[in-house]
Amino acid sequence: MKIVPKSLLALSLLSFGALAPAALGIDSAKSKATATFKQMNVPVDGEFTKIAGTVSFDPAKPEAASASIEIETAGFDLGMEDYNAEVRKKEWFDSKAYPKATFQSTAFKALGGDRYQASGRLSIKGKTTDISLPVTVKREAAATVFEGSLPVSRKTYGIGDASWDEVVEDLVTVKFHIVQPR
Amino acid sequence: MTQRYTRTAVSLHWLIALLIAGGFGLGWFMTDLPLSPAKLKYYSWHKWIGVTVFLLALLRLTWRLTHRPPPLPSGMPAWQQQASEWGHRGLYLLIFILPLSGWLYSSASGYPVVYLGLVQLPDLVGRDKVLAGVLHEVHELLATGLLVLVGVHVLAAFKHHFLDRDGLLGRMWFGT
Repeated sequence: MKIVPKSLLALSLLSFGALAPAALGIDSAKSKATATFKQMNVPVDGEFTKIAGTVSFDPAKPEAASASIEIETAGFDLGMEDYNAEVRKKEWFDSKAYPKATFQSTAFKALGGDRYQASGRLSIKGKTTDISLPVTVKREAAATVFEGSLPVSRKTYGIGDASWDEVVEDLVTVKFHIVQPR
Repeated sequence: MTQRYTRTAVSLHWLIALLIAGGFGLGWFMTDLPLSPAKLKYYSWHKWIGVTVFLLALLRLTWRLTHRPPPLPSGMPAWQQQASEWGHRGLYLLIFILPLSGWLYSSASGYPVVYLGLVQLPDLVGRDKVLAGVLHEVHELLATGLLVLVGVHVLAAFKHHFLDRDGLLGRMWFGT
């Protein structure tokens, strides 16, 4: 899946009649996403080093906000090269066939303060599910920062075959820190 | 005068010896295995053995400092007495710093130690690939050092038992 060109996205938003702020690209270098999983109760962090996307957010009209984020699964770094090679295999991310995991928001709701509830579609390894997660939005001088975490079941997306279930837990916690320059 | 080691000292000696043999064998075997669920298990078990050795070593050092060991056989040449003294110091040192280097290596590589899958040990250093590489080498080097010292230790014990026939080995077993 390619990033929707900004002009197209703006056009589609206009067609909905919402006067949403223009979707701006995120800072791929400063944005981070990590996945923490447990193997034999040992918490291990992996970092998705390749993250890109666009976000439009106006605190005055939070319901009009939208986000489109994509992550290259081949960029998942577990700190050891043989582990990195392993998770790119068919049994895991199958990065060759499914190079990208994506999140496309469908709704955004203010929860009060800097907290919001985002809903959307999460696609990993060719499987798409509806998710909803709390997001904190911080307006900094030069950037808007979106943060949150969500539990993801590996098995829902067919990540890791049964032989690993004994040592690697199903639930993985994905944390993100998305920086959008202003 | 006490002519043999206490039951506690004897128990600790052989228990630690057994764990070190197991931990060393496992460490030797697991490192070059291709990544698999089994490999992750071996790594966890290896770390659990290391933590156990470290805890027993603490106990053992405390015991050693509060209980005088039996004297060396009389008539041992001075250089052998010196070698014995320093050899044992080296062994004591290694049963502490070998597990410690493994713990450091685990921390630096971002795979913390969770003892018996229950108690997570705090990370001693942050994740750092370069440092992890260095600590891996250090851990291997110390393990090789321990292998050499244990080898000398065993040969010396055999020498006392079979050549000198001074009953030294028997003192490290339970008395009747």
